Amino acid sequence: MEQFLQQIASGLANGAIYACVALALVMIYVSTDHINFAQGEMAMFSTYISWQLMSWGVSFWIAFILAVLLSFVMGVVIERVILRPLHNAPVLSIVVVFIGLLAIFNSVAGAIWSYLIKEYPSPFPKSSFGIAGVIGPHQLGVVLVTLIVLGLLFAFFRYTPLGLAMRAAAQNPQMARLVGVRVDWMLALGWGLAAAVGAVAGIMVAHIVYLDPNMMAGILLYAFAGALVGGIGNPGGAVLGGFIVGVLENMVAFAGNQLEKATGVYIIGNGEKLTVALIIVIFVLTVRPAGIFGRVVVKRV
Amino acid sequence: MKTNRRTFVGGLAATTMLSGSRVAFAQKKYDDGATDKEIKIGHTNPYSGPASSYGVIGKCEEAYWKSVNDRGGINGRMIKFITLDDGYNPAKTVECVRQLVEQDKVLCTCNTLGTPTNTAIHKYMNQKKVPMLFVATGASKWGKPKEFPWTMGYQPDYHTEAVIYAKHILANVKDPKIGVLMQNDDYGKDYWEGFKEGLGKEADRVVKHVTYEVTDPTVDSQTIQLKDSGANVFFNISIPKFAAQSMRKAAEIGWRPAQYLNNVAGQVTTTMKPAGFENVQGVITAAWLKDPTDKQWDDDAEMKAWRDWMAKYMPSANLGDVNFVYAYSVSYLMEQTLKKCGDNLTRENLMRQAANHQKLRVPGLLPGITVSTSPTDFYPVQAVQLQRFKGESWELFGDLMHAEST
Amino acid sequence: MAASSKKWLWGLLAAAFLVPLLRPVLPDIVSDYRLFLVSTMMIAAIAVLGLNLLTGFNGQISLGHGAFYAVGAYTAAVLMDQANWPYWATIPAAAIVCFIVGYLFGLPALKLEGHYLALATFALALAVPQILKYKWLEGLTGGVQGIVLNKPEVPFGLPMSEDQWLYYYVLIVMVLLYWGAANMLNSRSGRAMKAIRDYAIAADTMGIDTALYKTVTFGISAAYTGIAGALSASAIAFVAPDSFNIFLSIKFLIGLVVGGIGSLAGSVVGGIFYVLVDNSAQALSTFAKNDLGLQFDLSAYTVFGILLIVLMYLMPMGIVGGVYYLVQSMRSSMRGPQAQQQAATQKQHATR
Repeated sequence: MEQFLQQIASGLANGAIYACVALALVMIYVSTDHINFAQGEMAMFSTYISWQLMSWGVSFWIAFILAVLLSFVMGVVIERVILRPLHNAPVLSIVVVFIGLLAIFNSVAGAIWSYLIKEYPSPFPKSSFGIAGVIGPHQLGVVLVTLIVLGLLFAFFRYTPLGLAMRAAAQNPQMARLVGVRVDWMLALGWGLAAAVGAVAGIMVAHIVYLDPNMMAGILLYAFAGALVGGIGNPGGAVLGGFIVGVLENMVAFAGNQLEKATGVYIIGNGEKLTVALIIVIFVLTVRPAGIFGRVVVKRV
Repeated sequence: MKTNRRTFVGGLAATTMLSGSRVAFAQKKYDDGATDKEIKIGHTNPYSGPASSYGVIGKCEEAYWKSVNDRGGINGRMIKFITLDDGYNPAKTVECVRQLVEQDKVLCTCNTLGTPTNTAIHKYMNQKKVPMLFVATGASKWGKPKEFPWTMGYQPDYHTEAVIYAKHILANVKDPKIGVLMQNDDYGKDYWEGFKEGLGKEADRVVKHVTYEVTDPTVDSQTIQLKDSGANVFFNISIPKFAAQSMRKAAEIGWRPAQYLNNVAGQVTTTMKPAGFENVQGVITAAWLKDPTDKQWDDDAEMKAWRDWMAKYMPSANLGDVNFVYAYSVSYLMEQTLKKCGDNLTRENLMRQAANHQKLRVPGLLPGITVSTSPTDFYPVQAVQLQRFKGESWELFGDLMHAEST
Repeated sequence: MAASSKKWLWGLLAAAFLVPLLRPVLPDIVSDYRLFLVSTMMIAAIAVLGLNLLTGFNGQISLGHGAFYAVGAYTAAVLMDQANWPYWATIPAAAIVCFIVGYLFGLPALKLEGHYLALATFALALAVPQILKYKWLEGLTGGVQGIVLNKPEVPFGLPMSEDQWLYYYVLIVMVLLYWGAANMLNSRSGRAMKAIRDYAIAADTMGIDTALYKTVTFGISAAYTGIAGALSASAIAFVAPDSFNIFLSIKFLIGLVVGGIGSLAGSVVGGIFYVLVDNSAQALSTFAKNDLGLQFDLSAYTVFGILLIVLMYLMPMGIVGGVYYLVQSMRSSMRGPQAQQQAATQKQHATR
């Protein structure tokens, strides 16, 4: 029973990481219709920026805010400089550009900061919250921060004119242009926001998985799966999807363990937990092709 | 013999110099890749793709040979070190090594990196009779002079190291119940096989064996499973990132077993500090290289020489990376081997000399560890010493352990 | 246009068959190593062709073709290692196994489109190495250690080197597969495939069994890539699960896009690019360091990324698309001002 609780808690904590990155993926998807494979590496890079600032003596929260702002600028610049000229290129060409970006961010970070892992501090007080033995204070903090970011994004899209303009630009660019929305800047803004959310994700993750240039490589897939399971166009769904994937994966390992205990035969374990979790995710997607919370888009022929 | 070499390595290896000058009187003989002016050495290493973190090894070796050339080369010959990017992909390694052997015509390869990659070229090199020296992998299959007379390993293999841990556990822990965390690839498997062999009849002491993939974000789930098994010994076969995660998580959930950590993750700043010093007191590991991040070597003459060299030839490098000590030491061994060949630079003689080191001191190895090889012993470094973590540093204890690999 | 390109093709084929015979005469230029390199390019070209059939001609995205490559390679390796099959017999076996796997995977894939299909195939690429390491399959697959094989021997005592023979062997397989693909694409089925890519709903209303075509295309595509995997197992003489990581699939995708989506010739270019990209990235990075005197140490991986982005900038439709466009614009400028004027008036007519 204790293991069960701990596995759920650790699944939730991991899920919060996936949820954070999934949010960033959704941000770009909502505004540009692309899945950014370089999202994880961009988040990693932002985290290094905040680490560098801290090593120069800046305090955690100031470094946090600066890194998020710088990431926003970085996202906007990438959209304007690299992606804008490729506006009419086929989707797969854009995917290749994302892979190129991934390689560049990864190797440049490695060249500047080396591939050795670095510790990254946690902003949350050590003992004041968290449930001893089940979930640590940082893990709980990550869950909270994820929910706060989600709330902020929700409010932004729902209640501000800019958020409305962004949604309009994504859903129907021509109509939006007609009513005076500067659609191309909305795309850049989407990139900036995604990079900023990614930075938050990276900074939250880094304490748990440690800072290194490859820290996001595994996480991106989970985030991708989480975003899709929740419904790729829906920030709330993406967050829930991230949590689902995190818990599901641990539960597969847990079930495999119990099964082995009961029958004495190894059937599934840690080696297969990701595979099994993904099979479940894909099965869900074949039943509900738009994700759990996604709306089916009706196409007019 | 250059006089500055003495200051460079701290005045050791006098025996090597003697044997080197003895052969020097012999007639000049060359195979592909060696001339009066030049010796070509080949190397493969991932510089791109997910394993590019190993790239520093190739970079450091390149710098080492540059420094050798700056000192006038070896017996008057310049070294041309050709290092190619294989992206840690065996298929690519075959391509690269064939280029090195057939197009560039190197005399030998040195320290080609990776177990799957070296497995892919193992047969080829031995068919072509090209020396494949000091491969950079901890697998135990590289020292088989009978079947593969042209391949030689370098570091103590994982298998032997794991046997040592197993024996230590059986001798020192009362009623051990062992939990094992293992990276699910050939490196993890090698340790695991060795560990089981070391336990022998007591193999059922392992109560739980869990694995992780390098792509897993965390090993929290695995650590919880280990605790739940009721294990009182934790054998940790993982790379620094996951070693630190698991040791920290163990402390977090209140699991306090006796901990044995593999040498791969035995560095202070990349594993022990991120895990939290308070969480890793008493952890035991085996070492054979001096950890550049461990304060106890700050005043060590060899490590000082190494730092000076790094400052000159790799000024922007991160001195905390043990890979640099590794690359430096293996290049030093290669240099000594070539020196001993004198003017007889045939592939056969190179293998003969590589298999003829007697207690050669190589900088970077722990005090007392030397390189010895013979025509039947193709394992250059075999000794390790156990160390226990105390405060913020490792403390060596017990004797050097030599284990003959099978 | 069509006639001249046919002539080109025959010339190229003749050259491909005759040049290796020069090995005894020009051993430095036509060396065993170069023949081997070209063989690996052809193998990559077959794999990229398989992906192209699915993505380029049928519009289904796959980020996981490395999985089929792995299945093909392992089918060949296990048959050679455990059952002592001759290497040439493993090709049809790998094709059949991969067709079945691809077809079965195509069934749930029917329900998935775009990004969802990308995720599913991505997951497949991730799962296959894990399955190869699975505890109960270790006896067959050799687990993480992989399987070491023998290189194909020269048959009938032909006066050839192993690499020469390997080259011909791969070349013949590739020519047959290309011929098959070209014929298929020109047939009724090929047109149906492309119709589904261009407008699935319209294709459906025209009476095309879209589900059947999509799943069978998945199977054929997997079979092609699987054959490439089987060939590579023979050529490299070694298979291990960690050779087939997700990066392999991504590199096939890069080969496809850089070569040219929806173009058979593009697949060949993609195969060549696939093999050369690492070498050229490293060469460029040393060039930047030594000859341009760059202070910052540009790693090969950075150059690789820059290379991709620049290529997509210059030729968003891939190399074959870019070259085609270039030839077209050169032709129109060669035809002189007259032609341009003609074109201009035509345009005017059109706008009126």
